[in-house]
Amino acid sequence: MSNEWPLWEVFIRGQHGISHRHVGSLHAPDAEMAMKNARDVYTRRNEGVSIWVVEARHIAASSPSDKGPLYEPSQSKVYRHPSFFDIPDEAGHM
Amino acid sequence: MYAQMVQSTGRGMKPRAEMTEEEARFQDRIDAGEKIEPKDWMPEGYRKTLIRQIGQHAHSEIVGQLPEGNWITRAPTLERKAILLAKVQDEAGHGLYLYCAAETLGVSRDELTQDLLSGRMKYSSIFNYPTLTWADMGAVGWLVDGAAIMNQVPLQRTSFGPYSRAMIRICKEESFHQRQGYDIMMKMAKGTPEQKRMAQDALNRFWYPSLMMFGPSDADSVHSAQSMAWKIKINTNDELRQKFVDQTVPQAELLGLTVPDPELKWNEARGHHDFSQPDWSEFFAVIQGDGPCNSERMEARRKAWDDGAWVREGLMAHARKKAARKLAAE
Repeated sequence: MSNEWPLWEVFIRGQHGISHRHVGSLHAPDAEMAMKNARDVYTRRNEGVSIWVVEARHIAASSPSDKGPLYEPSQSKVYRHPSFFDIPDEAGHM
Repeated sequence: MYAQMVQSTGRGMKPRAEMTEEEARFQDRIDAGEKIEPKDWMPEGYRKTLIRQIGQHAHSEIVGQLPEGNWITRAPTLERKAILLAKVQDEAGHGLYLYCAAETLGVSRDELTQDLLSGRMKYSSIFNYPTLTWADMGAVGWLVDGAAIMNQVPLQRTSFGPYSRAMIRICKEESFHQRQGYDIMMKMAKGTPEQKRMAQDALNRFWYPSLMMFGPSDADSVHSAQSMAWKIKINTNDELRQKFVDQTVPQAELLGLTVPDPELKWNEARGHHDFSQPDWSEFFAVIQGDGPCNSERMEARRKAWDDGAWVREGLMAHARKKAARKLAAE
């Protein structure tokens, strides 16, 4: 069995209440060590207030060839954007 | 530059007429400034060249800790020691960001490490020079990190997404490295005559090896032509070297130090400094393994890898046992 430590993906939430964001990956034997390593590798300059680590093999990712079927349907639905509707200025801010 | 003489396909840029449909589409995406992501289709040559380049860059960050680590226990004050420690820790981080980027191309961390330890992969020639005095910590930060920044700033725009993102992160942190180095140089250059002599001596020893960091002229290199078409190399080595000299000369003047090149002078017509080339036979000797510290550096890396084996294995065995116990309890 390979003794190479598994790969973990690291997500960090910054100071200002935004969502966790993917920042990179690292190797660690388990979640506890992944957390410790993430702290050392990705938050040396106060970059975050919360860390998530997920073992990379647990992430399911869409494939580049799915781009068409996945995202094209939304292109024809411009009415989902507020600017689609003409509202008279007299109606005030809306 | 932390990656020197990276071999590409060796055939120069492939003419469009010879490209397959997939290759032409790939080149169109790069020309349009799109980023290539790990799961996207890419030519095998692009993948291989990138693994070589990012791998060599990562190895340089890791081996680059050694010349500076040499001075951590002997830093002149507690503050300087803490700063140097933080800087060396950053270098470890930079190596890790880059290994991660290389791994998205389908090579494992252990394979990369093995290729470094076996000598199949290289690291930058600059780290094969010794750091003899505390002033060298100043010269390394100022010149070596300065040269690295010169190369890394344009690489933030490189076509491969994970490499570009690693570069952006690295550049943010790199400026601290150069400034702390220049700060040491200022202190020494304005110190006692003996301290100033040490600063001058450090500049004398690191000037030409720093110029070598960019690699020999690649104006006619078939490897560089292909890499530039793929936007994994943005500027020629000579462009970056010139830029580095133009930036560094006034900084040396400000310190009251002399760049060790009698031919160095401002060329009004070119709008650049004229300067002497380093001794390229020395460069090739260092790259081949005959630099002053090559064997010491490789020995340190091999020792770290071998001595760490029981930790890597032990922690993995512990993790497996813990996972099995958890599974049994469920």
